[in-house]
Amino acid sequence: MSAPEFNASCPLPIQQYPHVLMAHGGGGKLMHQLLENVFGQAFSNPILDARHDSAQFTVPVGKLAMTTDSYVVRPIFFPGGDIGSMAIHGTVNDLAMSGARPLYLSCGFIIEEGLPMETLWRVVCSMRDAAQRCGVQIVTGDTKVVDKGKGDGLYINTTGIGVIEHSLNIVPTSVQPGDAVIVSGDLGRHGMAIMAVREGLQFESTIESDSAPVREPVRALIKAGIEVRCLRDLTRGGLASALNEIAAAAGVKIAIEHQAVPVREDVHAACEMLGLDPLHVANEGRFVAFVAAQDAERAVNILKRHAVSTNAALIGRVVEQAAPLVTVRSAIGASRILDMPSGEQLPRIC
Amino acid sequence: MCLAIPGKVETITGADPITRMGRINFGGVIKEASLAYVPEVQVGDYVIVHVGFALSKVDEAEAHKVFEYLKLMEELDELKDEVETKNNSASS
Amino acid sequence: MKFLDEYRDGDLAQKFAREIHRITTKPWTIMEVCGGQTHAIVKFGIDELLPKQITLIHGPGCPVCVTPLEVIDKALEIAAKPGVIFTSFGDMLRVPGSTTDLLSVKAKGGDVRMIYSPLDAVKLAEQNPTKEVVFFGVGFETTAPATAMAVFQAAQKELKNFSMLVSHVLVPPAIEALMSSPNCRVQAFLAAGHVCTVMGYEEYPPLAAKYHVPIVVTGFEPLDILHGILMTVQQLESRRAEVENQYARSVRREGNQPAQELIKKVFQVVPRKWRGVGEIPQSGMGLAEGYAAFDAERKFGVADRRVDEPADCIAGLILQGLKKPHECPAFGGKCTPEHPLGATMVSSEGACAAYYRYRRHTVADTALTK
Repeated sequence: MSAPEFNASCPLPIQQYPHVLMAHGGGGKLMHQLLENVFGQAFSNPILDARHDSAQFTVPVGKLAMTTDSYVVRPIFFPGGDIGSMAIHGTVNDLAMSGARPLYLSCGFIIEEGLPMETLWRVVCSMRDAAQRCGVQIVTGDTKVVDKGKGDGLYINTTGIGVIEHSLNIVPTSVQPGDAVIVSGDLGRHGMAIMAVREGLQFESTIESDSAPVREPVRALIKAGIEVRCLRDLTRGGLASALNEIAAAAGVKIAIEHQAVPVREDVHAACEMLGLDPLHVANEGRFVAFVAAQDAERAVNILKRHAVSTNAALIGRVVEQAAPLVTVRSAIGASRILDMPSGEQLPRIC
Repeated sequence: MCLAIPGKVETITGADPITRMGRINFGGVIKEASLAYVPEVQVGDYVIVHVGFALSKVDEAEAHKVFEYLKLMEELDELKDEVETKNNSASS
Repeated sequence: MKFLDEYRDGDLAQKFAREIHRITTKPWTIMEVCGGQTHAIVKFGIDELLPKQITLIHGPGCPVCVTPLEVIDKALEIAAKPGVIFTSFGDMLRVPGSTTDLLSVKAKGGDVRMIYSPLDAVKLAEQNPTKEVVFFGVGFETTAPATAMAVFQAAQKELKNFSMLVSHVLVPPAIEALMSSPNCRVQAFLAAGHVCTVMGYEEYPPLAAKYHVPIVVTGFEPLDILHGILMTVQQLESRRAEVENQYARSVRREGNQPAQELIKKVFQVVPRKWRGVGEIPQSGMGLAEGYAAFDAERKFGVADRRVDEPADCIAGLILQGLKKPHECPAFGGKCTPEHPLGATMVSSEGACAAYYRYRRHTVADTALTK
């Protein structure tokens, strides 16, 4: 398994406890040590440093956006990321889907007794770096330790608050017939990167998770005056899930072209090998944007100028106000329903 | 059923035919497969792989026949069009 | 991907379709035997390109679909036992037995693991000497070489903690059973390309002659299927009934000899129940006597379990090509991929699931315009 090399400039601050113990969640000395030397040190900022039960801060006047997500990914470290960076990017991206500027994050950790301290520290450093990249501060948090066998190593919850500094109403109900459907990049990297290191499947590839913040391209769209109707990040369930959710919330029929959806050759090959559909596979740094038809071309060009969205593409249209439905036209020109994937995507032999 | 996909044999290990394994490249993704059932396969050949076993070597000449057939159909169509045009102009 | 993507070319697909339209003068009913072909037909919408006179019937070509309830129940019983690592292909994990499924057994604490290759199960047995590793060996002849090798290697390594729950099925007896049924409307078959990669197609000429049906060994990509249909219609229109090979880049007449040899060594032909169809004689494979020690049914004492199929489910009629999924009263209502009555709805290969996923709107549109 390839994980980023942990360099010597991030030395483990708690040397005498190589594993997390129940006592580290017990509220006493050991927990205090953990909070101070691990979380406090990594995430340090004036608000967090106040060490109060609740973080206190002022926010700019206006509408706020808030989101929460829990991260349970296995394995903890995967090609292109880890549970920590994913937790930061994911929550920041959810805020970006409202067009919000992310401000503050909280982080809750549920640690399984016995987790190597080095693993925890690596994840925390990864979160620190991701937060810095995204320009957010982690201002409050919580730590619990559960019995061995009662947790899968590490679970993280992040809640984020951002401020909406535009006047668009970026919600599914803003979606209208004629709107263009755009994806911000090639699909399926995250899901297949995880599959590649999943026990029982393992294969060699250079596929890395696409986990990354998407705030910048979204900001650029809004700044350029693009009429953005709706944004949705493509996580579990992939593009199929997101489109179906929006179709249902907006009461529309959406039609997309299979050939227009960008998928990298190696991701395509991995999907073929396991019998999976890239349209159902999870992403972590991709979103779908619904924009007014006349802004479609300009929107794609703006997205292409940002590293995280260089492969943005127009993939379809909102057809009409109708019973919610998503259809995709196949490579040979026939249409079929693109349904919500049911349950976990399982590789097949049949 | 029988999801089996074509891949290129990159390396082969194992002297014993039963345990002969190949690293197979499927469009950039590499997975090992047993070559026990395709003893004639060499590095560079394409194989069809199902659940970790190569079941056949892709016959590249046969692979092209589908496209050759289509091309032939197209040429026959063009020939037919030509003949029709000639007949039409002859009868007019 | 080479030897794959080029067979999905839209323009070339249209060319085949035009030619099929040109030569079709009468109604014809063709069955594609393999679930993988059904999947491609529905996913790419291949049947939409065909003339209305051609009816495609989805045959019983899905080993997941045809696994009888009682075999699934045996799997569930074994998987729930402590000390067992139960391994399976992904396909079988959600297939409902009489009351539950493997994923639910896993949720309750059973050690159920999805693997990619049967050899992975052998490795697990070597790595976990104190556990009993069981592999759920379903599949047509395509998968038998892999499961045979797993048992063969386990025997060579003298593993005492490895066994297989075998539920392999054979295609030619199924075709024979279908054709000999008085209700059978099928006039031609697209034979399963990967099954024939292993077994060759020497078993088919007697069937073609006996029932006067063209049989074309066909691949799985859109161009393969359209090409196979074209070859079939050419035969039908000229009243021929021969065996032809569309998938020659993978299939040889004699098939894969080393694979057939090991299959003969490790397995023996047995009668097998097909879900919704009933027992078809000589249509399954079980472990040969010499490998009885690796038979999970014997090892765990579940060989005598008998179970009936649910009355609501018409999977049998669907599998025989006698009904289409939307003609089932339970389709889309009581029976959906989320709460399936039978395997044809659970398996993404299943005709009902494929219809549900890809066709619901056409059916709804048709119902609205009636």
